[in-house]
Amino acid sequence: MADYGAGDLRLVGLSKTFGDFTAVHPLDLTIPQGSFFALLGPSGCGKTTTLRMVAGLEDPTQGQILIGDTDITRTRAYQRKVNTVFQSYALFPHMTVLDNVMFGLKRKGDKDAKRKAQEALELVELGHAGGKRPNQLSGGMQQRVALARALVNRPEVLLLDEPLGALDLKLRRQMQIELKRIQQEVGLTFIHVTHDQEEAMTMADHIAVMNAGHMEQLADPATLYERPSSTFVANFLGQSNLLRATVRGAADGGLSRVDVYGTELLVEAAKVPEGLTDLWVGVRPEKLTLGESGGRNRLHGRVGDVSFSGVATQYLVRMPWGADVVVVQQNDGSARARLGEDVTLSWEPGREFVLDAAQDDHAGMDRDDTDG
Amino acid sequence: MVTLFSQSLQEGNVYDGYAFTGNIAIYAEALQKYWPHLLRSIGYSAAATAIALLLAYPLSYYIAQKAGRWKNVMLVLVIAPFFTSFLIRTLAWRTILSDTGPVTDLAQTLHITDVLQFLGLINNDTLLSSKFAVIAGLTYNFLPFMILPLYASLDRLDPRLVEAAGDLYASPFKAFRYVTWPLSLPGVVAGTLLTFIPAAGDFINSRLLGNTQTVMIGQVIDTQFLRVLDYPLAAALSFILLMLILTLVTIYVRRAGTEELV
Repeated sequence: MADYGAGDLRLVGLSKTFGDFTAVHPLDLTIPQGSFFALLGPSGCGKTTTLRMVAGLEDPTQGQILIGDTDITRTRAYQRKVNTVFQSYALFPHMTVLDNVMFGLKRKGDKDAKRKAQEALELVELGHAGGKRPNQLSGGMQQRVALARALVNRPEVLLLDEPLGALDLKLRRQMQIELKRIQQEVGLTFIHVTHDQEEAMTMADHIAVMNAGHMEQLADPATLYERPSSTFVANFLGQSNLLRATVRGAADGGLSRVDVYGTELLVEAAKVPEGLTDLWVGVRPEKLTLGESGGRNRLHGRVGDVSFSGVATQYLVRMPWGADVVVVQQNDGSARARLGEDVTLSWEPGREFVLDAAQDDHAGMDRDDTDG
Repeated sequence: MVTLFSQSLQEGNVYDGYAFTGNIAIYAEALQKYWPHLLRSIGYSAAATAIALLLAYPLSYYIAQKAGRWKNVMLVLVIAPFFTSFLIRTLAWRTILSDTGPVTDLAQTLHITDVLQFLGLINNDTLLSSKFAVIAGLTYNFLPFMILPLYASLDRLDPRLVEAAGDLYASPFKAFRYVTWPLSLPGVVAGTLLTFIPAAGDFINSRLLGNTQTVMIGQVIDTQFLRVLDYPLAAALSFILLMLILTLVTIYVRRAGTEELV
C-alpha cells in the first residue's frame, strides 16, 4: 500500500448524487493533518455520505479526494490508508475481541499483529478483554474495541461515524474526553461526523457545518458560535435570539443605531455588512443579564417560563411584540426572577452578531438531537 | 428403528409368516452382496450435495443481499417446482436429457459429451441412462433444500460487517473468506445435511435416469421390500444405511462445529 507521507486531506469539488437527489453538492474542504475535525449537521445533511466517500465505501459522482499529493479518489476502500469507526461498531461476532482488533493488521500481513493489537486494547483500557466475544461486552466497551480496531492500523485519516450515539450521557462525556486525548497522543487526523453540536464543539479543532448537502460554515468552534455566518448555524449551534432590526444611523465609538420594534439598540458597526439596512441582530442567551447592569442595550418583558437545570436557569421572557427571548443565567447565588415578573434585559454592544434579514430565522431549529 | 431392527433378524417368507430367530448373519449377507450399492449411494449423494452447494451459494447470496424488491418473487420461484410431484419432475428430466433432444445435441456439438465420456460419467455419447444423469437429477431435486437454509443464513448477514472488512484492508475475496463464509456456515451445514441425507436414500433418480450400473441402495431396498418381499434383508439394508448416514453426519457436524473459522 502506498505510503502517502505527511499530508492534509483535501476534498476538491466532491459531490454525490443518487439519481435526481443530490446528497452532497460540490464540496471543497481542506482538513489539516493531525487535526481533530468535525462534520456537523442534522440528519440527511450529507455528512455521512461525505465520510463514506472518504472511506471509499461510496463512489463520488464528481470531484477528487487527496491525501497530501496522492489522489485516492479511484482507489477501493481496502486499498486506502483510511479506517472507520462505524456507528453500529460492526464488530465481527464470530471472532474474539483480540482477533477483531488484529483483523486489519493480519490482512496487511503484519507479523507483529498480536502485540500491536494488545497494545491498542490497553490504550482504550480493555487490555484484559482480548479473549471475550463482542456480544459479551457492554455498548461502551464495544465502542472502544471498534476504536482500537481502527486505530491499531495507524491510518492517515481516522473516520468516526457518530460513534458515541448509542452511549448514555455520562459515558458519552467520558468518551469525548478520551477520544480527544487519544487523538492528541497519537497525532492522527480524526474526522468526526455528528449531529450533536455540543459534542462537535467540545472535541473538534475545526468544524464544518453542513445543511442539505451544502457546507454552511467552516471555522473553529468559538468563531462558529460567536460569529455564525447564517441563521442556520446560529440556530443549530446552541440557541440564538434573533431580533428583527432596521439600521437608523451611526453612533459614537464605532457603533450603529438600529431600531427593534420601536426600541433603539446599539450594535458594533463593523459587524453590519456594507449597505445592508434590514438585519437580524443575534444575541446568545448567556450574553443577556437580568437587570440593568449588563450594558447599554435594554429590552423589557415579562417572564413566561423558568427552567432550572442545576448549573444555570433558563428564562423565556415575552417581549411586547409577542416573541420570546431566551435568557440563560448561571446560578451564582444571586436572586432568580420569578414567573410573571416584569424584567429588564441588558447587554453591551459588541456581544451580538449580525445577519441579513433575508435569511430564514427558523433555519436550523428543527433538530433531531434531543440533548444538544 | 426398533421394528426395523427386529424385522431384520427374522426369517421366513410372506406365505408362511415370519419368526424372530436372531439371524445376525443376514447383515453379513447384506453387506457382501450390496456394499457397492451402499458406497455408490454415498458417492452420488456427496457429489450432488457438493454441486448443489456450489450452485446454491451464489444464488442464495444474490437473493438475500442483492435482490431488493425481487426477493420474495425469487424465493417463490425456488419453491415453485415443489408444486409438482417429485416423480413427475424427475420424469421431466428424461425428456430434457433425451437422446434426440436439443440439450444432448448441444452437448455433443460442444464436445461436452466427450469430456463426460472421458470422465466415465456417460456411455455412448448420450446423456441419459448414466451416472451423469443420476447425479444431475439428484442435484436438481434437492437444490431447494440447499438454497433455503443458505438463504436464511445469508439473509441474517449484516452487510455492514462486509463493509467493515473492506475498510480494514480485506479485498472482496478475503472479506468473503474471513467474514461472509464463516458467518454463513450454519446455513451451509443445514443445507448440506438436508440435501445429503435424503439423496443418499433416493431411488427414483437412479431408476428413471440411470442404468444397471448406477443402482443405488434405495433401489435395492425398494426392490427387496416391494417385489422380492424379502423383508428381513430389506430391513437389514435399511438399518445399515441408517447407521452409515448417522455416522457420517455425526463426524461432519462435529468437524464443522469445532473448525477454526478464521
